Amino acid sequence: MKPLIEARNLVRIYEMRKKLFGDALPVRAVDGVSLSVLPGETLGIVGESGSGKSTLGRMLLGIDPAQAGDVLFEGRPMPTPHSAEWRALRARMQLVYQDPLAALDRRLTIAAQIGEPLEIHRIGSREDRAARVRELMAAVGLRLDQAGRYPHELSGGQRQRAVIARALAAGPSLLVCDEPVSALDVSIQAQVVNMLRDLQEKNDIAMVFISHDLKVVRNIADRVAVMYLGKLVEEGSSDTIFRTPHHPYTQALVSSVPVPGKRLQGRVILQGEPPNPAARPSGCAFHPRCPLASGICRTKTPELRRIEAGRTAACHALTGDGAMAA
Amino acid sequence: MVRFVLTRLLRALITIAAVVTFAFIVLRMSGDPAQVMLGPDVPQEAVEAFRHAWGLDRPLWIQYLAYVKSIFTGDFGVSMRDKAPAIDLVLERVPATLQLTIPALILKLLIGVPAGVYAALHRQSFADRGVILMAILGFTIPSFVMGLILMLVFSVMLGVLPSGGQDTWMHGILPTITMSIGGIGILARFSRSAMIEVMGQPFIRTASAKGVKWHDVVWGHALPNAAIPIVTIVGFMVGSLIAGAVVVESIFSWPGIGRLLVVSVTNRDLAVVQCILLIIAAAMVVSNLIVDLLYGWLDPRLRARLAH
Amino acid sequence: MSSADLTDTRPTPHPAFAFVARLRRQVPLSVGLGVLWLAAMVLVAASADLLRPYGITVMDLTSRLAPPGSPGHWLGTDELGRDVLSRLIQSIRVSLVIAFGATIISAVFGTALGFAAAQFRGVVEHLVLVLADFQAALPFLIMSLAVLAFFGSSMTLLVCLMGFYGWERYARIARGLAISASAQGYAASVVQLGATPARVYFRHILPNVASTLIVSMTLTFPEIILMESGLSFLGLGVQPPETSLGNMVGFGREYLTTAPWIMLAPAAVIMLTTLSISLVGDWLRDKLDPTIR
Repeated sequence: MKPLIEARNLVRIYEMRKKLFGDALPVRAVDGVSLSVLPGETLGIVGESGSGKSTLGRMLLGIDPAQAGDVLFEGRPMPTPHSAEWRALRARMQLVYQDPLAALDRRLTIAAQIGEPLEIHRIGSREDRAARVRELMAAVGLRLDQAGRYPHELSGGQRQRAVIARALAAGPSLLVCDEPVSALDVSIQAQVVNMLRDLQEKNDIAMVFISHDLKVVRNIADRVAVMYLGKLVEEGSSDTIFRTPHHPYTQALVSSVPVPGKRLQGRVILQGEPPNPAARPSGCAFHPRCPLASGICRTKTPELRRIEAGRTAACHALTGDGAMAA
Repeated sequence: MVRFVLTRLLRALITIAAVVTFAFIVLRMSGDPAQVMLGPDVPQEAVEAFRHAWGLDRPLWIQYLAYVKSIFTGDFGVSMRDKAPAIDLVLERVPATLQLTIPALILKLLIGVPAGVYAALHRQSFADRGVILMAILGFTIPSFVMGLILMLVFSVMLGVLPSGGQDTWMHGILPTITMSIGGIGILARFSRSAMIEVMGQPFIRTASAKGVKWHDVVWGHALPNAAIPIVTIVGFMVGSLIAGAVVVESIFSWPGIGRLLVVSVTNRDLAVVQCILLIIAAAMVVSNLIVDLLYGWLDPRLRARLAH
Repeated sequence: MSSADLTDTRPTPHPAFAFVARLRRQVPLSVGLGVLWLAAMVLVAASADLLRPYGITVMDLTSRLAPPGSPGHWLGTDELGRDVLSRLIQSIRVSLVIAFGATIISAVFGTALGFAAAQFRGVVEHLVLVLADFQAALPFLIMSLAVLAFFGSSMTLLVCLMGFYGWERYARIARGLAISASAQGYAASVVQLGATPARVYFRHILPNVASTLIVSMTLTFPEIILMESGLSFLGLGVQPPETSLGNMVGFGREYLTTAPWIMLAPAAVIMLTTLSISLVGDWLRDKLDPTIR
């Protein structure tokens, strides 16, 4: 099966000023990431803040430009952001944000906003659009009598459902969700995630699910990619990653996920500073905090290599390079 | 810190350059000054001679450079009406205007700010309502109406104050009062709302909860914070002072640059108009610069940031 | 026990009374009076031709400087025997039209520039900010006098000139709100839906910005009236035979002692109008801005 969307060696560099009078410091938010998503598949991207996962999500949609590398959607390169072609492509791919209140215009009813993509892309007649809005609202679990409500009159979960309904209005084949449930109560999180999964199956939508919360990702993703400081460190199917994580960073992350009924044991606690993209360590970016770090880790950046069928990881210890003396 | 001062200075210079260019463009775009000055039924040769005498027949950009050069050498041209250098005409009237504007500014500050602060501290009292009312009246009554009414009452009906000219210091009373009333109103209203906003801040409550005497809370905490927005407003008022002078001097026949401006505009005496325009612009830019710098010094947050 | 249907046996008040009662609770008396005065002024301006008892240049040489209350001349006449009331009505129209036109021009111009600065950033933004600084640096009166000196005082020029008053305020507001709109996300998310920039601005940002802009307009409007009156008073604004409020005050100045009504009538109208708009504008601003106590 051909991948729906494919990213090749994406690089994104920000210029960050350190001080008012200082020199510009280039920050590599995304540093050479390649991945692909098949139609109907869900790829989870996990990492801490500063790992570049949000930036990666935006680059996949073509919202953020790439300084190097490219993105192919259905085999064709992504058009320049904000061009007419790019705008038309929005009907095929959408983004769901973390904060639904900020994503909605407080002066318009949610029915008007859910129907907006239909207006923008000129889909259907007036009656068709009204019918489609009703259909979408039902699909996300909103009551029809809420159609005339304004965003601030709804609860957080309802707002996010409205945002999702709007994202699905034009019938996209790809949905990129950037921390879509992190701002919601835990009980609502489960509902929204299940709803997303149902919608995905029913409409055969590919999804890229970005989150720092592993419990949620485990629930919904087919495959998982782990990011650290702008690079992928491990990738594989969701089950295998969670059951047998190989990369030391993934091991630390997975060991921190609580399993109901069991005490937390074998937790790997990382030492060292949390990742700062502006002050990237040399060699393997993870080496200051890695329990397996050796000499080569300080000097040479590991590449993402196949370590099993369907699994890749970037670690000298895993690929046997760690045998070199310090 | 140096960078802050330099950027402000640079902006001031750019503004002055923009004003000079603006004056030049408007001047040249407005039609042939010679024609205007001499009238429609003057023979063409006379017009040409006039234009040549005033250098109006050289290419535009040469005229611009000559213009800029002349400005910097203090030569603003000669008044087409009085045949005297424009700059002299203007400079000899500046003191008269200052005689009105400086006392007016002082009055505005001394009466407006305390009135506003007092009103803020005694909300809902008669004084508060009185101040608000006076403030509203102050800025809705245009200065020319105010001037005429004061003249009517004090010169005509009561006969206590003279109505025109600059002969004795008594002559300056009515114009100065006219100029200050509007500003007192605006300043009082603004000081009141600035003070109210500061007093509503949590840190004031904390201070008085700590047991600080009310007097010290007001003078030591509230006023210094309220001073910042008030200073900015005072900076803006300098501009309106000058504008006010134009109208007031015309009403009371006070021989200052405001009146000169109106007369020159009516007579299309462009050299004098230019000169006044540029001098006023320079004064405004300088005062804005001072306010900017003062603001940077007053606000400790800015001061701390600049110290790095 | 069936449903709690406690029927209210009082007669339901007529909807008009209910509306008025609600209005009286929400709107202070002064603001209400202000609105009434403004409505009256607009009505007068609109139907000036119908209301005017005489033409503005018609001279009744038999009754010059007649005091108010004279037969046929409710507000008296001036030194040329022209009816003050007629001239006042026409002046209201002229001054309001100029102020209204200028406010709209200035608001549209300023908002467009503000949006342009927010949308294109970079050089465009710097240019707009520099122009705004320049505008704020010079007192408007002085600048208008200079322009009028050079170009003369035609009506169209006057309206265009007044149209430059205060544009920088709208520009700053529009720019600030547009920038925070994109940062806030609702504008960014509509862009992400595939909307053209025009749609984003007209359908989303402008409605959200409109209330602040309208309040700004109510604050600039009276200032424009005062500015135009001042210029006309000095003889440099509206030129005869057209008449404006400031114009009338200027002409009435010479007869201050003998016939003060010539000056007082237009002066009173200026004051009441600017007062009304200021009151209404302040009230609107307090209503729309929940942070002001």
